Amino acid sequence: MKAKIIITPKKAVLDPQGKTVQNALTHMGYTGIGPVHVGKYLEIELPDGDQASARKQIDDACHKVLSNPVIEDYSFEIE
Amino acid sequence: MKFAVLQFPGSNCDQDAVHVLQNVLGHSAGLLWHKESSLGQPDAVIIPGGFSYGDYLRTGAIARFSPVMEAVRSFASEGGLVLGICNGFQILCEAGMLPGALVRNRSLQFRCEHIFLKTITANSPFTNSIPPEKLLCVPIAHGEGCYFADDDTLARLRTNDQILWRYVNAAGEATDAANPNGSLDNIAGICNEARNVAGLMPHPERASESILGSADGRLVFESMVGALQRNGSPSAPIVAQRPVCA
Repeated sequence: MKAKIIITPKKAVLDPQGKTVQNALTHMGYTGIGPVHVGKYLEIELPDGDQASARKQIDDACHKVLSNPVIEDYSFEIE
Repeated sequence: MKFAVLQFPGSNCDQDAVHVLQNVLGHSAGLLWHKESSLGQPDAVIIPGGFSYGDYLRTGAIARFSPVMEAVRSFASEGGLVLGICNGFQILCEAGMLPGALVRNRSLQFRCEHIFLKTITANSPFTNSIPPEKLLCVPIAHGEGCYFADDDTLARLRTNDQILWRYVNAAGEATDAANPNGSLDNIAGICNEARNVAGLMPHPERASESILGSADGRLVFESMVGALQRNGSPSAPIVAQRPVCA
């Protein structure tokens, strides 16, 4: 099994990286570019087994260490 | 007084802090490796600047789980003084010992320069010896020092008088131009509600001798010493030898 985790900055947090990418895309001529949010993507290899307990464990790790709930949101899938 | 200065893999201001406390101010200061689970009865703890664990994942995110941080947490819960400088501030926020978080500078640049700090309240063990109108000239050196907290947290910081320092210009005004990293409300340093744990992004330990261009940073450490003396902590003898990594 594999956990695929996406961590993004909360909307209220200043995201200068996203803003810079947005400006760059616009300057390159791409049209209709809205706000960009730059986050992180993590893949964690897990032994095959019970998906529910893996989900619980990954959710706990996301909350405790992989993301900072003060400034980031996370979502993940297990496949 | 006896100070414990923590040392993580990637700390790089640990020796500066020991130097100031020991050689400039004449107190006992020793380095404490992050794997230690006991602090060894210090009067105060300094979490120094640097790039603990290479800033991997987020600044301070891995360091906060080091064994020594459990000891720091229990020391603080008993009222012990803890000061986090730069990466130390980031670690304390990640550990939940201070509210909010430090994120990437607004400019996306690593900023390394002297700035002015205005002390917002003298009502803390970290600011009590700083004259009210005195602006502190101290350096910053960080890429992720933009202080963020949600609206409720920010309101609580203001109500409880927990904002210790703000970035200001030479006239003492907290303008946007004087804000080097985009911190909310120009916040450079805060303390917890109990007022015994504080963090700041600027480096007082790099501005504690006039030969370095400013000795203003001494006032922060002198405030801590003053607070400890008033609390009746015994004064420790000056340690002459160089500190040894524990």
